[in-house]
Amino acid sequence: MDKQNIQSESAISCKSINKTYDAIEALKGVDFEVERGEIFGIIGPDGAGKTTLFRILTTLILADSGTASVDGFDVVNDYKEIRKRVGYMPGKFSLYQDLTVEENLNFFATVFNTTIEENYELIKDIYQQIEPFKNRRAGKLSGGMKQKLALSCALIHKPSVLFLDEPTTGVDPVSRKEFWGMLKNLKAQGITILVSTPYMDEASLCDRIALIQNGQFLKIDTPKNIVSQYENKLLAVQSDNMYKLLNDLRASELTSNCFAFGDKHHVSVSSEQLSINNLKETLDKLGHTNIEIREIEPTIEDCFMQLSQK
Amino acid sequence: MIKYLLRKEFKQILRNGFLPKMIFIFPLNVLLIFPWAASYEIKNLNLSVIDNDHSTYSQQLTQKIISSNYFKLTDVSPNYNKALKSIEKGESDIILEIPPHFEKDLVNRQGGKIMISANAVNGMKGSIGMTYLSSIISDYNGQVVQDLMPTGAGTNSTPTIQINSQYRFNPHLNYRVFMVPALMVMILTLLCGFLPAVSIVTEKERGTMEQINVSPVSKSMFILAKLIPYWIIGFIVISIGFLVAWAVYGLIPAGYFASIYLFAAIYILAISGLGLVISNYAATLQQAMFIVFFFMMLFIMLSGLYTPIDSMPEWAKWIAAFNPLKHFMIVMRSIYLKGSNPLQLMNQLMALVGFAVFFNTWAVLSYHKKN
Repeated sequence: MDKQNIQSESAISCKSINKTYDAIEALKGVDFEVERGEIFGIIGPDGAGKTTLFRILTTLILADSGTASVDGFDVVNDYKEIRKRVGYMPGKFSLYQDLTVEENLNFFATVFNTTIEENYELIKDIYQQIEPFKNRRAGKLSGGMKQKLALSCALIHKPSVLFLDEPTTGVDPVSRKEFWGMLKNLKAQGITILVSTPYMDEASLCDRIALIQNGQFLKIDTPKNIVSQYENKLLAVQSDNMYKLLNDLRASELTSNCFAFGDKHHVSVSSEQLSINNLKETLDKLGHTNIEIREIEPTIEDCFMQLSQK
Repeated sequence: MIKYLLRKEFKQILRNGFLPKMIFIFPLNVLLIFPWAASYEIKNLNLSVIDNDHSTYSQQLTQKIISSNYFKLTDVSPNYNKALKSIEKGESDIILEIPPHFEKDLVNRQGGKIMISANAVNGMKGSIGMTYLSSIISDYNGQVVQDLMPTGAGTNSTPTIQINSQYRFNPHLNYRVFMVPALMVMILTLLCGFLPAVSIVTEKERGTMEQINVSPVSKSMFILAKLIPYWIIGFIVISIGFLVAWAVYGLIPAGYFASIYLFAAIYILAISGLGLVISNYAATLQQAMFIVFFFMMLFIMLSGLYTPIDSMPEWAKWIAAFNPLKHFMIVMRSIYLKGSNPLQLMNQLMALVGFAVFFNTWAVLSYHKKN
């Protein structure tokens, strides 16, 4: 195990990773580092390149150029070492559906030359919830239980780095919350977690996040810093005719951009001088009724929208 | 490590519910039904007779033909055109025309003339029918010659060559003896070529392959764990085949069982190697099924299962030379019927070993991290 090299302070390190599928550039010069024991979130819409990045880091595919290391091992030269020490939970449920819960767990334990008993402590909290169903076939489990089993299987060999590719996609809100609770516990046990998600609201639960779009990282920072670096003032605007309002706001010279956001429109205003009253008057003149404007704190999603516009 | 992979593999096969039944039912079905249904022996040919003579001899001849059991008199026509009509309608397959004064000419030693014409749309049926009919007629001819021979003139009879034919290795020309060993090859091919490929592609589709890839399991280990179960299944299936061949057809190989097992072991390795190669290139089950189907059709058509390779054109013989099925079929038929030993089948042995090495090397090399 003295193969560990100097880079080993960071759990994951990527240097200008490029990957092209035929004509599509999936990843364009991705650079980032993940500290040990950190929950690092990769936040971005579908098709941004999240899964491709995961597959490169878990040694399933090769990057076209650039270097990457996981736990101090190069993904190309030392892939065998990496495979011994990472846990990977793909976005799609991919365990043996015709084996039972216990058989799946047992199988993955033996594949990694270990036993359930040896690392039971690590998975106890998660596995206990599905243990009553241990003789049920994995294919017959509910979505939330499948996810817990998949996480248990990914953890059974006590990996040093855990890769979770969209673990909460298609999972109900309660289970999602529970799931993030489990990740916090795993972090406490010293496991580095790289997690991707299309849900912006989960970003604030990570230690640091990277916003990704079209194969490029827009920003890497803590969720707090990203929000505080929001450049403009953000207003939530509402009126009776929301569709006309959106078009008017976008056409207006007073605003820099505007997005529909639930039952309100989030408007980013750049000029310092612009007051709320000023905007209200303008909208009044355009014939809007029941106008309501409030200044609000930006969320990660607002930051993402603004960054992705650049 | 391999122990756990194998345990998982067997658990999956046994839990499938469908596969284990298939492994028994499929060979039984093929071996029990097919040899009875498909036969080259031509029986029940429909005969149309045009008797222009209406004499004792012509009636004797017709009677003799019908009592041979190969022919069924379905039509009696007054002239050739009428008889041809019955062929066109599909009522008869072969016409026998007896000319007027047939008996008279025979008795006067002028020799009789008979016309046979057969429907050759199915060439095999036509020519075999023709042969049967001619041999019955020449047999009858011999009888007539003896009848007409003046008593006491036995010494100056025309010398004739007597032919004693003997069919070696399959004395009764039993079609089933020929087919059953070849059918065993087919069953082995379908089960051991198909199943490992399907099993690997299923893992690809389900994503479990990816989970295995992100683990210390090496690719040769994974492939071996896929091969061994089907190897064992192959042995079970061929043993079922032996049992059925003996119990139902009374067939016991003239050679040693051990030589068959030896060749089968190599053959299964070769054919499942091909299955693995296919699984490496197919992304979905549908693709895999189609590619396997394509190869199986080609292999079976050019294997000598139905039509002998020797009568194929040169180019087809070349394709057949690269067909593992053909080689193993030769082996099975030789051991079952002739009792050949592996030394006498050295060419086939070398060919099968070659295929096994070639396909499995290709399988390991092409099993790569794609993209």
